[in-house]
Amino acid sequence: MTPVRAMITKELRSYFVSPVVYVVGAVFLLIVGLLAYLYIVFAGAQAIQLLQMHGQASINLNDLVFRNLFSSIRFVLLIILPILTMRLFAEERKLRTFEFLMTSPIGLNEIVAGKFMSVFLVFLGLLGLTGLIPLTLSLFSDFDWYPVMTGYLGLTLLGALFLAIGVLASALTENQIVAAFVSFGLLLVLWLMAGLGSLLGDTAAGQVISYLSFMEHYDHLVRGLVDTTDLMYFFSALVLMLFLTHRVVDSARWR
Amino acid sequence: MIDVQQVTKRYGHHTAIDRVTFSVAKGEVLAFLGPNGAGKTTTMRILTCFMPATEGTAQVAGFDCAEQPLEVKRRIGYLPETPPVYQELTVSEYLRFVGRLRGLIGGALTASMAREVERLGLGPVQHRLIGNLSRGYRQRVGLAQALLHDPPVLILDEPTVGLDPKQIIEIRELIKSLAGSHSVILSTHILPEATAVCQRVVIISGGRIVAEDTPDRLSARLRHSEKVSLTLARAPRDAAARLQQIAGVQQVHTGGPPGNFLLECQLGRDVREEVGRVAVTNDWGLVELKSISMTLEDVFLQLTRHEEGIAQGTQLAAEPVAAASSATTDSTS
Ligand SMILES: Nc1ncnc2c1ncn2[C@@H]1O[C@H](COP(=O)(O)OP(=O)(O)OP(=O)(O)O)[C@@H](O)[C@H]1O
Ligand SMILES: [Mg+2]
Repeated sequence: MTPVRAMITKELRSYFVSPVVYVVGAVFLLIVGLLAYLYIVFAGAQAIQLLQMHGQASINLNDLVFRNLFSSIRFVLLIILPILTMRLFAEERKLRTFEFLMTSPIGLNEIVAGKFMSVFLVFLGLLGLTGLIPLTLSLFSDFDWYPVMTGYLGLTLLGALFLAIGVLASALTENQIVAAFVSFGLLLVLWLMAGLGSLLGDTAAGQVISYLSFMEHYDHLVRGLVDTTDLMYFFSALVLMLFLTHRVVDSARWR
Repeated sequence: MIDVQQVTKRYGHHTAIDRVTFSVAKGEVLAFLGPNGAGKTTTMRILTCFMPATEGTAQVAGFDCAEQPLEVKRRIGYLPETPPVYQELTVSEYLRFVGRLRGLIGGALTASMAREVERLGLGPVQHRLIGNLSRGYRQRVGLAQALLHDPPVLILDEPTVGLDPKQIIEIRELIKSLAGSHSVILSTHILPEATAVCQRVVIISGGRIVAEDTPDRLSARLRHSEKVSLTLARAPRDAAARLQQIAGVQQVHTGGPPGNFLLECQLGRDVREEVGRVAVTNDWGLVELKSISMTLEDVFLQLTRHEEGIAQGTQLAAEPVAAASSATTDSTS
């Protein structure tokens, strides 16, 4: 356990020494905050309208704010997470510390786990800060916490998957920019597969393609449906990505 | 401690090392000597389990590099060609990270760190970011990293590159002090370094081992002939031809400074007395007469030059040949 902890500590240190985390974090929180604000203002406007028409208003914050917010965050993550993951392996290879890492008496599993865990922790930190939005809202209004919690579960799983894909992309190249674009591209493909799946409709191919995309699995969680199929999807995709990373890193030594 | 048997490494069609075989005993310091592109780094990368050999086996401390890499890695301290440092960490943060990766904790870690900081003179830069250190200090940090867990086997790829002369001497002393308790392989292109610190030298060129022995025995074994240098103040035009007639002289080279002759003589035959007598009786103005023993440098150049004959202009030999031909011009000038 110590080597993995050492890896995580070192990676976190590297993250917080560089300005990248601060910039990415600030942009992420700013966008999410702005979106939340817009959705709340919009909900407020609707409430006023209802009040004028019916003399009373009960609006559903879960539908009007949180579901919209969770849908939008998905897109923000797609753009910012590749920037967090791009350095993980690419930088090691560029700066020749990769050789040091690979000749250290620690397994490749531990290296991949350490790298992934560190960026996952950074992500959880950022996600945790967005928790201020529901907390603040709960002071002034009533809403159902359950779908909010499952939404956060969905975001956590979705983020983990995005990060694993980013780690994989970072292992593929020495160039950080290339790594960022490759993971961005992979994520976009996964995203668009949902569209293709619904285009194909209820055919077998359509269902398979829809299943492979994260969209419907994430949507279920945002709507408060916790289904083992969806959880299995995220876990197996995560494991697959980390396994592929393991293979890619291993083969990078052979070159 | 280290046993390399018939190891070959190919990058695609390019053979970087070809059936390399050597071994290092416990407590021995071995120099890996060779021109650029000879395959030194490649051999070291195989020994440290960074990459697998295409053919052959490499063992460290009884463990096979391909089968039990973790056991091998635990016993090795490795300084790669480029010091493997993280620019964004301070020296002590970096060493702590390295120690933890190798399973050092608590007091043992602190003690090891203090020992290496002291040993490599890193005290003044301990709390500075590695990214801001000079090349020489980074090299020292790299060395500290290799030594940190006090491994029985040390593999150092050009350990003194980028250091100032004082540091070079200190590092050489350090490596010498490791002999006996540690097995060390160090690669270098600098011959005095090999003679200064190593008990044994392996000369590699074009991916093949061309010689392996102690520095003294290497130069003795390769001395096919003795050489005598002669300088005359008033050499007649036919001096070379007349020197050639002296019994035991095989060849006379001119072409050095005017009046200088290099006599190649039969092995084990001292022609100096006879040469001196001839020079004096003919009143050629004898200025200097001395025998030249072959230095390791000559051995090295001679061995790596041999490559020209072995590899008949194949692409494989491009680098060694280039190195050897530049060496040839050096030695005649
Ligand atoms: N990753 C690689 N891909 C292809 N060829 C390589 C690779 N690494 C090394 N080589 C080739 O293998 C040969 C041996 O290289 P190596 O780095 O082992 O030489 P070296 O003895 O360490 O040289 P130097 O003294 O310059 O450090 C060279 O011809 C080099 O071009
Ligand atoms: Mg080298």
